[in-house]
Amino acid sequence: MGERILEVRNLCTSFFTHEGEVKAVNDVSFHIDEQEIVAFVGESGCGKTVTQLSLLQIVPAPPGKITGGEVFFKGRDLLQHKPNSPEMRSVRGAGIAMIFQEPMTSLNPVFTVGHQLTDIIMLHRKVGHKEAWEMGIEALRSVEIPEPEVRMRNYPFELSGGMRQRVMIAMAVYCNPDIIIADEPTTALDVTTQAQVLELLVSLVKQHRKSLIIVTHNLGVVTRYVDRIYVMYAGRIIESGSTEEIMTKPRHPYTIGLLNSVPKIEKERSEKLIPIKGAPPWLIDMDPRCTFLPRCSYACEVCETKEFPKLRRLGESDHFIACHRDIAGSITGSTTGRLDSAGRHDLGGEAHG
Amino acid sequence: MAETVRENPLLKVEQLKMYFPLTKGLLSKTYSWVKAVDGISFEIYPNETFGLVGESGCGKSTTGKCAIRVLQPTEGRVVYKGRDIAGLSKSMLKPYRRELQLIFQDPYGSLNPRQSVFSILKEAVVLDRERHTAVEANERVDELLTLVGLDPDMKSRYPHEMSGGQRQRLGIARALACNPKLVVCDEPVSALDVSIQAQIVNLFRELQAKLGLTYLFIAHDLAVVRHMADRIAIMYLGKIVEVIDSDHIFREALHPYTVALLSALPTTDYYQERKRSRIILEGEVPSPVNKPAGCAFHPRCKYATETCRQVSPGLRNVGRNHCVACHNVAV
Ligand SMILES: Nc1ncnc2c1ncn2[C@@H]1O[C@H](COP(=O)(O)OP(=O)(O)OP(=O)(O)O)[C@@H](O)[C@H]1O
Ligand SMILES: Nc1ncnc2c1ncn2[C@@H]1O[C@H](COP(=O)(O)OP(=O)(O)OP(=O)(O)O)[C@@H](O)[C@H]1O
Ligand SMILES: [Mg+2]
Ligand SMILES: [Mg+2]
Repeated sequence: MGERILEVRNLCTSFFTHEGEVKAVNDVSFHIDEQEIVAFVGESGCGKTVTQLSLLQIVPAPPGKITGGEVFFKGRDLLQHKPNSPEMRSVRGAGIAMIFQEPMTSLNPVFTVGHQLTDIIMLHRKVGHKEAWEMGIEALRSVEIPEPEVRMRNYPFELSGGMRQRVMIAMAVYCNPDIIIADEPTTALDVTTQAQVLELLVSLVKQHRKSLIIVTHNLGVVTRYVDRIYVMYAGRIIESGSTEEIMTKPRHPYTIGLLNSVPKIEKERSEKLIPIKGAPPWLIDMDPRCTFLPRCSYACEVCETKEFPKLRRLGESDHFIACHRDIAGSITGSTTGRLDSAGRHDLGGEAHG
Repeated sequence: MAETVRENPLLKVEQLKMYFPLTKGLLSKTYSWVKAVDGISFEIYPNETFGLVGESGCGKSTTGKCAIRVLQPTEGRVVYKGRDIAGLSKSMLKPYRRELQLIFQDPYGSLNPRQSVFSILKEAVVLDRERHTAVEANERVDELLTLVGLDPDMKSRYPHEMSGGQRQRLGIARALACNPKLVVCDEPVSALDVSIQAQIVNLFRELQAKLGLTYLFIAHDLAVVRHMADRIAIMYLGKIVEVIDSDHIFREALHPYTVALLSALPTTDYYQERKRSRIILEGEVPSPVNKPAGCAFHPRCKYATETCRQVSPGLRNVGRNHCVACHNVAV
C-alpha cells in the first residue's frame, strides 16, 4: 500500500428543501491510500452517493450545499477551490473519475459510443481525433467488448446494460485518474454480468495501480475485492475497518443486523432471517442521540440519554465504531441466526471453524 | 432413489408457450416473434413454494402471468385444480380470479397514489363476494392490516406517505383480501433494502403457514429464492434448464448455467468468498427473438458439443425430483 492519496475530514453536505435541512452527509471522515480498494456500504438514502459527489463538488446546487469539512487530495484541500474553477475541472476525470450508478443516464443517448469516448480521450490525453479513435477501440478492447470497431459506431441504447457499464469503465480508466469511484457499478445488472463487470473493473484498477472506491448496498458483492469497508447509516459512517474485521467481527449493531438480514445459500433454509426492525430515519430534524436507537436491539440507558456517539477506535486495531456500547459479538459461522432468551442475537464470540 | 409419492398438484403447467408478435408497417404485419416462454412444464403442489429464478428477460414474469391467466398463453395447458384454464374466456375465468393473485415488484407502481390505504383495501375486500355489510368490510380491512404487520391506524395514509417496506405489506394485504389459494409473487422484495427485505421474506413465510398459501415465487436473487422456495426452477431464455430441491441446489446442481449462477452469487462469508473461484460466463444472454439453435445456452457453455449446437435438450429426471435439460448430464 502506498501514500495517502485522499483524506476527507468532517465533511458535511446538506440539501435545503422546503421541508427543512436534509443532512445527507453528516461529519464524515475517511481516507484512501494509493492502490487501495475501499467500499462504502449502506442502505438506500444513507448518503453514499452524495459523499462521493461532494468530493468532486458536483452535488446539485441548489438545493445541495457542502456545509463544512476538508477534502485533501494529494495534500491539497479541494474545498478551497470553487466548483467550476480550473483546479476542480482538472481533478474531475484526470484526478478522480467517477462511474455513475445509472450508465444509461451518464452516457449521452444522441452520440455514438465512439464519439463520446474520443471526446474524453482528446480532452485528457491531448491527441488528435484519428489517434483518439484508435485509442477508443483499444479502450473498448481492454474492457472485453467484442468487435470494438463496430461498437464504436453504436449508440448507447444499442448496447446491453453490461456493455454500457463496461464502456463507462473504459472511459474512466482511459482518463488515467489516480482514484476511480464506482457508484453501484453493477446494481442494475444480472448476477453473471455483475461478476463479469466487477472482475474486469478490479483487474484494470490493479493493473494500472489505481485506487478504487466502490459504493454498494450489497456487502456480499464487494467482500471478495475490497481492502477496507466504511459502513454508512443515516448520513454518517458508523463503522469502518478491514474487510476481514467487518465481515467476520462486526461490532456495530447495524452492521451485525445487515449481515444477519441476508439469506445465506450455504445455510439451513429452516432458519428464519433476522431482520432489523423498523426503517431508517428521516434526515430532517434528526434526533441528537444515536440515529440507530429506535431499531437497535442492544440499546441501553446510555443510548437513550447521550448524544450521537463519536467514532472510536477499538483497541489498537484499525476498527472504528460509533456506538456507546461495546458488543463484542461475532456473527461468523453458526452464530448467525441464533437468538438468546431475550430474543437478541447470540453474542458468543466463537472463532470461525 | 425412489420418487416420493405426492398428492395432486394445485397447478400443472404443460408445454407452455408465450410468443409476442413483433410488428411493423401500417398493417402491423408480424415479421418476427419474441419467444418469451418457449415450452415449459412444471407442477406446483398445495402449500408449496415453487421458486423461479433467472436473469432479466428470461421469461419469469411472463410465466407467472400465464400461470394465473393474466395473460393468455400462445400454446400449452395451465391446469388449475384439475381444470385446463389456458383457453378460458374472461367470464369463464371469473370464479378463478379471487383464488389466483399477483404481487408485484414495485409496490409503488401497483398502487393508486390517489387512493388511501383504506380505500385500496376496501375495494379488494368488496370484490370478495362472501362479505357484504360495511361493518364487516371495515373489520376485514383492519384484520388484513394486522395480518401483514401494519398498524390499523395507517388506514388513512396514502401510498407516498409509507416506506417501501410498508407499501409492500399493503400490496400483500390487498392480494390476500380475497383469500387466494395460489399467489404469484413477482420479485416482491427486489426493490427493498436488505434489512427490510428480511422482514418481508419472513412475513411471506408466516402467512403461508397461517393461511395455507401456495406460492409461485419469482426473483433474480438466487439466495432469496433458495430461502423461500421448496423447489426451484432455473430459467434461461424462455426455457427451464433445471428443477431442484432448494436444500440440494448448493451441492447438487448439475446444469452448467445453474453452476455458473451459484458461483457468481455474492455471499457474505468472508473466508469462503476469498478462496472461492468464480465461473465467469463469456458473452451476453442472446435475445429471445433470435434464439440460438439447439441448446439456448450453448454459445456461453464451455462444455458445448456438436449435439448441443443442433438439438434442444429436454428436461430429464435424474432422481430425487431433480430434473436437468442438458445433453452432457448422464441420467
Ligand atoms: N437533490 C436532492 N434534494 C434533496 N435531497 C436529496 C437530493 N439528493 C439526495 N438527497 C437526499 O440525500 C440523502 C442521501 O442520498 P444519497 O443519494 O447519497 O443516498 P445513497 O446512499 O447513495 O442511496 P442509494 O443506495 O439509494 O443510491 C437521501 O436521504 C436523499 O433523499
Ligand atoms: N407484452 C410484451 N410484448 C412484447 N415482448 C414482451 C412483452 N412482455 C415481455 N416481453 C418480452 O419477453 C421477454 C421475457 O420478459 P419477462 O418480463 O417475462 O422477463 P423476466 O424474466 O420477468 O425479466 P425481469 O427479470 O427483467 O423482470 C423479454 O424479452 C421481454 O422483452
Ligand atoms: Mg446512491
Ligand atoms: Mg419480471
